[in-house]
Amino acid sequence: MLNIECPWCGERHETEFHYGGEAHIARPESPEALSDEEWADFLFMRKNSKGLFFERWCHSNGCRRWFNVARNTVTHEIVAVYKMGEKPPSLVKGGKS
Amino acid sequence: MSRRLQPDSTERINRQKPLRFTFNGKNYRGYEGDTLASALLANDVHLLGRSFKYHRPRGIVAAGAEEPNSMVQLARGAETEPNIRATQISLFEGLEAASVNVWPNVEYDISAVNGLFAKIFTAGFYNKTFMWPKSFWMKLYEPVIRRAAGWGKAPTTSDPDIYDHMHVHADVMIVGAGPSGLSAALQAGRAGARVILVDEQAELGGSLLGLKREIDGKASGDWIEAAAKELQGIPEVTVLTRSTAFGYYDQNYLCVLEQKTDHLPLAERKGRVRQRVWHVRAKNVILATGAHERPLVFADNDRPGVMLAGAVQTYVNRYGVLPGKRMVLFTNNDGAYEAALDMQAAGAQIAAIIDCREDASGPLVQTATDAGIKILQGHAITGVKGTKRAKAVEVRRIQKGAKVFTSAAQEIDCDLVAMSGGWSPVVHLFSQSQGKLEYIEEKACFVPGSPVQKQIFAGSINASFGLQACLKEGAKAGAEAAKDAGFEGEGSASFKVQEPAEGSIEPFWIVPGGRPIGEGPAKHFVDFQNDSTAADIELATREGFESVEHIKRYTLTGFGTDQGKTSNINALAILSGILDKPIPKVGTTTFRPPYTPVSYGALAGRNLKDWSDPIRLTSIHDWHVEAGAEFENVGQWKRPWYYPKAGEDMQASLNRECRAVRQSVGVLDASTLGKIDIRGKDAAEFLNRIYTNAWSKLGVGRVRYGLMCHEDGMVFDDGTTARLAEDRFLMTTTSGNAAIVLDWLEEYLQTEWPELEVYCTSVTEQWTTVSIAGPKSRELLKKIAPDMDLSNDAFPFMSFQEGDVAGLQARVFRISFTGELSYEINVPWTSGKALWEAVMEAGAEFDITPYGTESMHVLRAEKGFIIVGQETDGTTTPQDLGMDWIVSKKKPDFIGKRSYTREDTAREDRKQLVGLLTENPAEILPEGAQLVFDKEAAVPMPMVGHVTSSYYSATLGRSIALALVKGGHGKQGGTVYAPLKNRTLTAEIVDPVFYDKEGEKLNG
Ligand SMILES: [Zn+2]
Repeated sequence: MLNIECPWCGERHETEFHYGGEAHIARPESPEALSDEEWADFLFMRKNSKGLFFERWCHSNGCRRWFNVARNTVTHEIVAVYKMGEKPPSLVKGGKS
Repeated sequence: MSRRLQPDSTERINRQKPLRFTFNGKNYRGYEGDTLASALLANDVHLLGRSFKYHRPRGIVAAGAEEPNSMVQLARGAETEPNIRATQISLFEGLEAASVNVWPNVEYDISAVNGLFAKIFTAGFYNKTFMWPKSFWMKLYEPVIRRAAGWGKAPTTSDPDIYDHMHVHADVMIVGAGPSGLSAALQAGRAGARVILVDEQAELGGSLLGLKREIDGKASGDWIEAAAKELQGIPEVTVLTRSTAFGYYDQNYLCVLEQKTDHLPLAERKGRVRQRVWHVRAKNVILATGAHERPLVFADNDRPGVMLAGAVQTYVNRYGVLPGKRMVLFTNNDGAYEAALDMQAAGAQIAAIIDCREDASGPLVQTATDAGIKILQGHAITGVKGTKRAKAVEVRRIQKGAKVFTSAAQEIDCDLVAMSGGWSPVVHLFSQSQGKLEYIEEKACFVPGSPVQKQIFAGSINASFGLQACLKEGAKAGAEAAKDAGFEGEGSASFKVQEPAEGSIEPFWIVPGGRPIGEGPAKHFVDFQNDSTAADIELATREGFESVEHIKRYTLTGFGTDQGKTSNINALAILSGILDKPIPKVGTTTFRPPYTPVSYGALAGRNLKDWSDPIRLTSIHDWHVEAGAEFENVGQWKRPWYYPKAGEDMQASLNRECRAVRQSVGVLDASTLGKIDIRGKDAAEFLNRIYTNAWSKLGVGRVRYGLMCHEDGMVFDDGTTARLAEDRFLMTTTSGNAAIVLDWLEEYLQTEWPELEVYCTSVTEQWTTVSIAGPKSRELLKKIAPDMDLSNDAFPFMSFQEGDVAGLQARVFRISFTGELSYEINVPWTSGKALWEAVMEAGAEFDITPYGTESMHVLRAEKGFIIVGQETDGTTTPQDLGMDWIVSKKKPDFIGKRSYTREDTAREDRKQLVGLLTENPAEILPEGAQLVFDKEAAVPMPMVGHVTSSYYSATLGRSIALALVKGGHGKQGGTVYAPLKNRTLTAEIVDPVFYDKEGEKLNG
């Protein structure tokens, strides 16, 4: 059970949030210009990282804001939290240990 | 036959409070402070049950949570609870317990014959024997296994007890209130930190309660009492006894089960919370969980009367019970000698100490020698005589490393065998927290490796088994944890302790038999609870299993409620011997929560029945109840399903309701429809991207129906949206999807298109919606909204007006889900009932009929209107539904568009929405029925679709159905079959619009 720091509300229990999958997958500007393979790649293919992973969460039972989380998928350590639209912080691969 | 000793200062029982209890129907006596196990031993009862597979007689092995055998069925008022460890049941007046896994009784168990067929019960027995055919499982194997394997009776009525949950935060959470935990709590508490100290036992002290020790000149019992008292006086310290930390999750989140009334006589429990689950989030966690003693693995080591040495010592010192009169101690370490000395001091005869080491010479060994005890070094027990109680042991000289013994046996009479294979730190919680273990060769045990969360280990969990070390490590951990949370206190503490030197240990994982392991009939039990033996492990490796995780599953070692507390390390070590790999290389299995079993009642807490989920009621709910409506759950909403009149069954009620709508006027409480207010200068552009159709040109005052798809092109919601103003829309969603749609909109606004200026607000509960439908609805509305121009020109289909209805400020939408002339009147929620009553009153002359969700479903199905989640299942495109008309060809992009041309979504033979008419109009297809084109096809028949909606239509006087059928759009007039259990129904594929295809009824 994670403790997640919402950038707006502070630290809250995981049950207040919902998960939004991998972060930084922008919806293509012109989907029509993409091949079926490229479109399928956007639709279905996601990383399955062991270690540092950038993902989206929504504080759905709180402020309802979406934000990004850098989490270690092995230790579940949350390495960084940052707002939508912000670049991922540069972190040592795997996060601090 | 009492085995109760004379009172002694170390004992923790209250002789002033004798208690009566029964076991297997016989009356016994014990004292307050006893466990069921100690009280039974005081009555010389060792035989408590039968084992899982072989039904071998089994007795008490341990004195705490690690007990693998002695599980009993406990009566609990009208209730019964299976499989509770006798070692963890606090005795109370009137306790009634019985053996589990025995039939007809523990003395004469019929299934013990399993022992004779032991060969077939070897490792993988379940996997191998009961494989095929599958149907045999349900009918034959499973019931037989269940009855024979028993393991207690599940209660047959619902749990009458009260449970609750508590959520707390702590600076320092300490698990275990033995010497290490107490010392840590004192140090952290004195520093001012918020401390939670939990321990599974009835009182503080842990293993120290079973030992005779002196701390700072005080008897250990007095020291514990002083510590408890001091902790009680510190306001920031919470001490929970009878409280087991059963789960350790991410970021120092732990769950604790507190048993609040299980130790009380039944009459005193009424109305009180039985158990409480504590959810603790701690800045720092100190694991002071101690260690469990390991059995030695020798032939017949499971006989009643064979116990762990430390447990024997605990029963003597803590409970004043002599578990036997003539004891043999079998050990591979010095520490266990103390059990023999304590037993001797208590008056028992020590027949011999069998030490498998060749050169044991520590101070305790010397003391035992001086006490005149016979010590046989380099010897081992190779067999136990007696089945329901050990009578004698067979002892042999053994050669180090030998696979079989060769020497002659000597027999030593006894009624108690104490064994000690060393100690295993209780690393379960650490392992749950994702920690990796490290093996310490010189102490022959696993300890926690590096901390993986903010955690500190203190005492025996570190293999620091001495009291002095435990107290010191505890104090240091307490100070460190407090300091980390910002509380500066005393850095360290010193203790003057009197205890015997710890001495040495030499691993001795398995006693050889007359034949190599796995070949002879001897049973060297490794996991008592799951009845797995050294031979099972050997067999598993012979059959090709090498990974410790696979062997665990194949032999069941370490499974069950026990989770391998006494067996895991022995199993691992034996495996390492067979594979000839060092123990750390073999690896350990993962310990999983819960540490000890937790009842469903405790996990559920107060989230039961009406409290399991919020119930949402509309403002008109009371009226529906009074009208005798039957309700159905739609998401969290309670919606009227149908309104039966006296003597009507459901179908009669539906027929009446549907006819009323088609012929006069019906009224529906549609308040549960999701409503989202969408505002901002880019609102229209936003809807353009969210919906499949175009929104820019929708005029103010007009309404449009829309479909929403996911990026994969699959429909996920639908509804009408009205343009309230140039920059403001009111979207409606399906009742169950309102929150999901709002989340969806927010997700796109926040993550993909933050440049759009749009704000979404849920207004579902701001507006009550009363929908009137039927040819008389205009006349009705005219009566209560005399100021509104209701003519077709002034108030056309798919438009709305604001105005006065029944004296209330209202928005009226002219939309239709029934195909009839229809108005949805919205008023502020608090006025909802007033509106409904006004509508009913005005409608009386038209015989207005309230209708529920079921009639709504029938009416819309007659029109071929879809219900998301019924006609769609997340794999359905608008095109599949025959709704191409709502998919814009002009818009360059919207969510889902690109996916319509993907190879799979563009396929011709996708499942498409059609209507079905059964050959026999009286037959109603079951919803969900699978459809085939060829009813003679061989099984498994090629399925071509399924029935999504199916009803009897009173309007049409026959059954109708909607279905998704492969290539259905091109198969009008064709035939499909629904093969059911005893018959096959035939149906014609037709257009999904069954009623008023031209839409003439819309205008009344
Ligand atoms: Zn928030």
